[in-house]
Amino acid sequence: MLELAGRQLRSRLILGTGGFPSLELLREAIEASGTELVTVALRRIDPSMRGSLVDVLGEAGVELLPNTAGCFTARDAVMTARLAREAFETDLVKLEVIGDERTLLPDAPELLVAAEELVDGGFTVLPYTNDDPILARRLEDVGCAAVMPAGSPIGSGIGIANPYNIALIVEHARVPVVLDAGIGTASDAALAMELGCDAVLCASAISRARDPVRMARAIRAAVEAGRAALEAGRIPRRRYAEASSPMHGLPELSGGPVE
Amino acid sequence: MTASVNGEPREVPEGTTVTALVVDLGLPAGGRGVAVAIDGEIVPRAEWGTREVADGARVEVLTAMQGG
Repeated sequence: MLELAGRQLRSRLILGTGGFPSLELLREAIEASGTELVTVALRRIDPSMRGSLVDVLGEAGVELLPNTAGCFTARDAVMTARLAREAFETDLVKLEVIGDERTLLPDAPELLVAAEELVDGGFTVLPYTNDDPILARRLEDVGCAAVMPAGSPIGSGIGIANPYNIALIVEHARVPVVLDAGIGTASDAALAMELGCDAVLCASAISRARDPVRMARAIRAAVEAGRAALEAGRIPRRRYAEASSPMHGLPELSGGPVE
Repeated sequence: MTASVNGEPREVPEGTTVTALVVDLGLPAGGRGVAVAIDGEIVPRAEWGTREVADGARVEVLTAMQGG
């Protein structure tokens, strides 16, 4: 069980809903992923949109995690979070404050300001952050309910660019660590869990896969496998081989007959 | 009178409440999944029934979209 933001979650996979070509595929991928928590963005209503995302997610029985995607300042992010709280009647927020359009990496100072203001405002804040152990600690210190470091830029599929930093964040965190952004395929999700992350948040790797439903299943299995491997305890890396068959009891097979 | 709704000018009869506007936009009156801001201020759902849209008001009507 994952304890996150006061909730008990059976699934350690959080699904981002962005990028799915249809609501039907999204619905199927949610089911295949086993997720209980999904992100949504808040945008102007689109009169041409067919079908209601909120209804689909409601029928799927998943909890909403509104994000502040697209915000470049603490002020906009806080306002967006407050609007999302009105719309979805939830205190949960995936806080994103973006610093750069090309990389979509977080703007650390703005992120910290927004996180503190939202925590003070009663929000349960799950910040999308850099893979910076010090920033993660600062976010935890202001009262964030988790830290969600990027493995690599959003939608890049690069995977975990700096496993060492992710391991450092995990080592020191007293709140859950969710690997957010950069996952490209199942092995990246498994690695995140093996590094000790408590969960993985994944959108594009699933939604933009050739077969999103099958990838949802694959990443679900990878998250479970990585978690099991972590709990089982990996062997240390060695420089040289360590024989796995005994040397004792080897037969004498070379040389001539005994005189 | 005219208000700006999600960046587009829109004719609204005088006395139009936020609830009326939301319904006019084809959304459920209960407003589940919908948030409204007027002139940069959030209008809590409890005030939708009484809050009128003023001439020249800048209204944002927001809802969930796939993302993140």
